[in-house]
Amino acid sequence: MKALLRIFLICLLFLAGCEGAWNDPYSESVRGGMTLYSSFSERPKHLDPVQSYTEDEAKFTQQVYEPLLQYHYLKRPYELIPLTALEVPKAREIEGGKYTVYDIRIRPGIMYQPHPAFVASNFSLGKTEIDKLKSPYQLELGTRELVADDYIYQIKRLAHPRLHSPIGGHMNEYIVGLADYAKKLKAADRGGWLDLRQIPLDGVERIDSHAFRIKIRGSYPQFVYWLAMPFFAPVPWEAEKFFDQPGMAEKNFTLDWWPVGTGAYMLTENNPNSRMVLERNPNYRGEPYPSAGEAGDRERGLLADAGKTIPFIDRVILSREKEAIPYWNKFLQGYYDSSGIGSDQFDQAVRVSIEGDAVVTPEMEEKGIRLTTSVATSIFYVAFNWDDPVVGGSSERSRKLRQAISIAFDNEEYITIFANGRGIAAQGPVAPGIFGYREGREGINPVVYDWVDGKPQRKSIETAKKLLAQAGYPNGRDARSGQPLVLSLDTVTRGPGDKASFDWYRRQFEKLDIQLEIRATDWNRFQEKIRKGATQLFRLGWNADYPDPENFLFLLYGPQSRAKSQGENASNYLNPEYDALFERMKNMPNSPEREKIIDRMVEIARRDAPWIWGIHPKDYSLRHAWLANDKPNNMARNNIKYLKVDTEARAELRAQWNKPVLWPIALIVLVLALSAFPAILSYRKRERMAARPAA
Amino acid sequence: MLAYIVRRVLYAILILIGVNLITFVLFFFVNSPDDMARMQLGAKYVTPDALQKWKADHGYDKPLLWNSKASGPGKATETIFYEKSLRLFAFDFGAAEDGRNIGNEIRTRMGPSLALQIPVFVVALCVNITFALFLAFFRATYLDFWGVVLCVAMMSISTLFYIIGGQYLISKVWHLFPISGYAGGLDAWRFVLLPVIIGVVSSFGSSARLYRTLFLEEYSKDYVRTARAKGLAERVVMFRHVLQNAMIPILTGVVAAIPFLFMGALLSESFFGIPGLGSYTIDAIQAQDFAVVRSMVFLGAVLYIIGLLLTDISYTLVDPRVRFD
Repeated sequence: MKALLRIFLICLLFLAGCEGAWNDPYSESVRGGMTLYSSFSERPKHLDPVQSYTEDEAKFTQQVYEPLLQYHYLKRPYELIPLTALEVPKAREIEGGKYTVYDIRIRPGIMYQPHPAFVASNFSLGKTEIDKLKSPYQLELGTRELVADDYIYQIKRLAHPRLHSPIGGHMNEYIVGLADYAKKLKAADRGGWLDLRQIPLDGVERIDSHAFRIKIRGSYPQFVYWLAMPFFAPVPWEAEKFFDQPGMAEKNFTLDWWPVGTGAYMLTENNPNSRMVLERNPNYRGEPYPSAGEAGDRERGLLADAGKTIPFIDRVILSREKEAIPYWNKFLQGYYDSSGIGSDQFDQAVRVSIEGDAVVTPEMEEKGIRLTTSVATSIFYVAFNWDDPVVGGSSERSRKLRQAISIAFDNEEYITIFANGRGIAAQGPVAPGIFGYREGREGINPVVYDWVDGKPQRKSIETAKKLLAQAGYPNGRDARSGQPLVLSLDTVTRGPGDKASFDWYRRQFEKLDIQLEIRATDWNRFQEKIRKGATQLFRLGWNADYPDPENFLFLLYGPQSRAKSQGENASNYLNPEYDALFERMKNMPNSPEREKIIDRMVEIARRDAPWIWGIHPKDYSLRHAWLANDKPNNMARNNIKYLKVDTEARAELRAQWNKPVLWPIALIVLVLALSAFPAILSYRKRERMAARPAA
Repeated sequence: MLAYIVRRVLYAILILIGVNLITFVLFFFVNSPDDMARMQLGAKYVTPDALQKWKADHGYDKPLLWNSKASGPGKATETIFYEKSLRLFAFDFGAAEDGRNIGNEIRTRMGPSLALQIPVFVVALCVNITFALFLAFFRATYLDFWGVVLCVAMMSISTLFYIIGGQYLISKVWHLFPISGYAGGLDAWRFVLLPVIIGVVSSFGSSARLYRTLFLEEYSKDYVRTARAKGLAERVVMFRHVLQNAMIPILTGVVAAIPFLFMGALLSESFFGIPGLGSYTIDAIQAQDFAVVRSMVFLGAVLYIIGLLLTDISYTLVDPRVRFD
């Protein structure tokens, strides 16, 4: 015991000798400097831009890879601006509208990050040499200029037989010759590096070293948004060839894990189990910080660095945090610069002011922590399966039933109880911030709400009951058979914690005397049921891929029916008028005429009520006072290059907040000593005791 | 002894085939290859062709256990089970569904797991045995009574409570250790100290109580009385006689646990952000990564068999009466 105590005390002495606070979770090698400290919870699956699609992965890929376009960091609604392209490409119809072409010219002089793939001698490494490597960056590094061929190479990779691009199937429908190209590559694939430069793709043509042309079928105005995603970021052929050497994959040295780009940062440490490190790309050309933003940005200090060259931060340490408690505590200790807010921490972090606004609690305010909120370009809804004989279809009976349920289903209450007020009730399929979304009186769903005293008010339950009776279910019973109406709702369950929300769902239906049966299952079975159309009601959500109403309205487009064509219309909604309007709207640029069509589509959808419109979640994030230029961007994750840290203030506050408290150690030692004392006495007494008591 | 070991190794092969088969059946009872493909490809824009392509590329486009379309031995060999299981016996774990090499991951993650598990194991063993001997020495006194009460109280508390409470008190309130995180090399000690303390404390109650029972059982035996009659000091009786004779039941649990130190601690690794094999297994289960789940179960089975074999061998070392023949 004494020995253990000694070891413990020696460790404490070591800690005392360490620079910085004792509880500093960063080792000395990554401490200090213009460093941003952030975290990730999910291990990224792919960092290859052709395969990567999740937000967790975008946190890394969008700092390294540069697609042709990007979203303006400050302006809202979201605006596409050039990144490596000289300008946002204009669509040009050819052959009477049969095809559309985009001519794209990239900026000259953009250089890749330093990487061993750009050194010819690194293409013939021996296995022993590779075995010794701990990082590809231990090899000799080189660079070269970004050329149009790199974009063409990446577009060809969408059809690579051994890569699994989530948008490959989608792009096959548009990029001319991509589907056939996939077949050609499959036939040419002999294992090993497949040199895509040798096999031409019809739909992509090199104009000169810095310009190329993409040819797509018909018209697809939303195509330019895809050009702002990493799927359309440049990949140098050298990188594929370099990582294809025998022995590389066994060391996890692959393009999927070691991205090679032209962006502001390069991934220099790759341990998705623990820590990822991004460092400033020394070859980065620099970009001016935006000089304009939306109203209020200047007051919030977001334009203080206007015109200055970015990035400001030299290094980003991203630590993996699987559990919410340590993550939150480390943020409070100042070891993360910003943080989201989990539901368990909400009350500690946020309170509602007298004016009804969300503000930080005094505890947070004392630490200088600030709150930023933004409505996500997402929607979470409850869908009615259009193919279901009871709740689906275009009959008056089912429509009124859906409308009645939509009124009874109190989304505002749901947001208050289960989301700590972080969300707004949806009025239709289009999310706020997207063209076609309307605010105020003209934006309310008249099927569910009335406009009262300058705000939407949910219609009364009596109105819902009246609709239910008109649908043929007075008091929740089928008027024809007299049987109670029993509906089922399919959902994914995460565990016993969901019981409260399930009970709440049942209560919403009980308001109309409808019995609701919850069918909770795992994600796979749930998806399978939706694919087969074997559901009645179900919960689902959608995150926008790009800020265009088409990306929401297509979720109700008939030919996209999940049950019939495995598309994204999970409710299998079908309305010929809506579909015809969608076909017109999707190819139009944003204009009053387009807005009018969208209004009509939303009106049809509201009337048919294929979804209970659900909620648009509100993202709440906290940041320390030393972090500047932080603005939520729901469309892109390439925000790190804009951020700035006051490192001196951070170091000072961290030291102040994390002074070690030593008296408990002294107390523990004292308690142990006091407990040992009677034992020692008793032991001595026993040792001296005679075998028999003295006579 | 050699014949015994060879016999056990032969048994082990059959056990490993059985373990593999059970893992395979259980996994594919709840997950289909389509589910796995969807999990990897995401929920958006996934076409049936893309699913098929993923399955073909990862070898999941074949029948699970029996290929009725194949001929001869192909009926058994041209199946997912055969193709995915056979190479495990050569310890070739292949690649995870996300493309990362499993062997490399295991080698990389073994270090952090051992950095946490070995100190917990050694310190907990020393502390628990010492405390159990202490209680046995003071048997039937108030010290023994309150010691047992303490053990029962401590074993009644969940490990999760110790972790969260420890993190809160020691790291958040007292600022003595990092709350979570890990660094390789010599810097690792700063990060493992807190989980080691919590690991030792959380195992204290149940282990100390068990060992106390074992020691008390030995105390009532004749040889102890003989030792005392010889006039040996109580200290000598305890450490040289009682401890040594109580080692067989202790070893049964302890030696079998040694190989499992490699497998990591599921809860501690997640909460303390230690990138070991425990959190690797949890991640794989959540991501429905059959390749990793299968490899970790196989590795666990191999280590368990090795652990049992070591236990048997260790008996002969502590008790000369035990013979393999």
